[in-house]
Amino acid sequence: MIAYLIRRFWQTFITLLIMSLLVFVGVYHIGNPADILVSAQATPEEYEMFIRNMGLDKPMWEQYVTFLGNLFQGDLGNSFVYNEPAVDLIFRRLPATLELTFAAMGIALVFGLPLGIYAGLKPKSGLTRCIMTGSILGFSLPTFWIGLMMVMVFAVWLGWFPASGRGGLSHLVLPAINLALFKVSLVIRLTRAGVLENMLMDYVRFARAKGLSETRVVVVHVLKNTLIPLVTVLGLELGNLIAFAVVTETIFAWPGMGKLIIDSITVLDRPVILAYLLIVVVMFSLINLVVDILYSVIDPRVRYE
Amino acid sequence: MTEERVGIAAPATAGTAGTGGTGGTGGIGGIGDVLPEELRAVRPESPLRRNVREFMRRKLAVFAMVIVLLLCAMAVLAPVLSFQNPYSLAELDIMDGKLPPGSQNWDGSITYWLGTDDQGRDLWSAILYGTRTSLAVGVISAFLALAVGAAFGLISAYAGGKVDSIIMRVVDIQLSFPAILIALILLAILGQGVGKIIIALVITQWAYYARTVRGTALVERRKDYVDAARCLALPSSRIIARHIFPNCLPPLIVVVTMRIAYAVMLESTLSFLGIGLPITEPSLGLLISNGFEYLMSGAYWISFFPGMVLFLLIANINIVGDELRDLLNPRLRT
Repeated sequence: MIAYLIRRFWQTFITLLIMSLLVFVGVYHIGNPADILVSAQATPEEYEMFIRNMGLDKPMWEQYVTFLGNLFQGDLGNSFVYNEPAVDLIFRRLPATLELTFAAMGIALVFGLPLGIYAGLKPKSGLTRCIMTGSILGFSLPTFWIGLMMVMVFAVWLGWFPASGRGGLSHLVLPAINLALFKVSLVIRLTRAGVLENMLMDYVRFARAKGLSETRVVVVHVLKNTLIPLVTVLGLELGNLIAFAVVTETIFAWPGMGKLIIDSITVLDRPVILAYLLIVVVMFSLINLVVDILYSVIDPRVRYE
Repeated sequence: MTEERVGIAAPATAGTAGTGGTGGTGGIGGIGDVLPEELRAVRPESPLRRNVREFMRRKLAVFAMVIVLLLCAMAVLAPVLSFQNPYSLAELDIMDGKLPPGSQNWDGSITYWLGTDDQGRDLWSAILYGTRTSLAVGVISAFLALAVGAAFGLISAYAGGKVDSIIMRVVDIQLSFPAILIALILLAILGQGVGKIIIALVITQWAYYARTVRGTALVERRKDYVDAARCLALPSSRIIARHIFPNCLPPLIVVVTMRIAYAVMLESTLSFLGIGLPITEPSLGLLISNGFEYLMSGAYWISFFPGMVLFLLIANINIVGDELRDLLNPRLRT
């Protein structure tokens, strides 16, 4: 297990290094941040000073080495726009994104699990057909469009929820549902497939032969085995949700890091783009690691060496 | 469709596609037409024919397919079906801006059935052109990604060893990041443009194809026909391209269908975020994004109709893909 963990950390480290190099080289080649950030009325001297202050006059490799050196001290550079450390900027917005993400995941589970179990237990019923067709529609609804429509109906027409911003629970409802829609379908499909598969297993027959009630068979035995693949996929989907929050945050003006990255891309705020990427890569790697470890806890058959 | 009865029974029975036991669909005037009933029953049905017949039997699948084809036709015929060229500013009248659905222009020569946007652009025409762009980008990128992914998947499966593990490591790493994140970063680096978004979509999607093809190819290469081909001293490239690859197609068809839908969705999402297609090449996503700012003032149609078309397109492609998966899944076949 320890050897496994060390190998995983090493792999993550290599991935990070490669990603940072690729993105650094890529970002370095697009546009000149000075053209966007220095006001048009600035004198040539002011322009030069900006470039020197930001270190933009040095060759690319030197900038990268400086970047790496600072990176090991936990410093990812200052944002060109906000003029404060990019890391602080992102971490300040992280809670908002996480709040949204976990709320969405919660909604996906609360609706997806029961519907999926039902669809798996009664594969032929009419309701199941409705659930499954509905889940395809859920897969196909463009998140950003349905988000706009939700704003229109529930915020503009009905006025039940605020259209934008972050605050109490009422602010969270629309964005969380918007982000969750896609995942509800996913949870339904995964749960159904798992239940269908497990109901055919011998252990279910044994459990029934022992005289266990059907509820106990389903809830204790089948569900437990269904959860194994679900945990893996949902772990990975958590990362996906964080990334997809970009869209929801843009629509609902949710002050998370997704909104920050979109704004930073449009103004070529290099340090923030790089910092966002590296932080997200680290987060994903951590999530993947936690999922793998959880996997071996839930399913004792899984062993890492 | 049902050519088997032509010449025997009245052609009036055509249209009951695939209900006959030996019913074949597709072929025109084959031997089947003149063979007596009992002989025809002996001839094995080709897998393609069987699948087409099975497909035609599924109402939902056929229905979804018809809608997809309809939308494709709309995209192809956009210049014919539209009332105006939505991107020739000379044809637009700013006075017609933000008209609700069903209104007419000043001399009554055009009825804006779906309303107009802020620049007085007929939404129906804009949607036609937008569908065209969205579909083109989705289909082209899916097939390019398929070509790249299938090549790597086949090489990986056939070569095995170090090559295999390197390719699959790259695939694993890439798939552990959400497509939208990779696309976001690529577009931040590449900038806007049709070619650029296609490149970004290909880079984000090839890994799915590589993995699917490798998985199937690994199973296929152990089969006897591959050994037989090798005994004939056929070159590896020929075995891969002519023998293994065609047998990997069924699962691949499903993946391609679903991926086209995903590519369309991803492109429109990126365009909505303002980092996908440029304003000069408006896809459905850009049209929706354009209506965003007028939503609050009640001009719902600018975002609603393009989104509806986008949803219909993606949903029906997905339904076709889903039905195909059911159909082509050997485990479910009885």
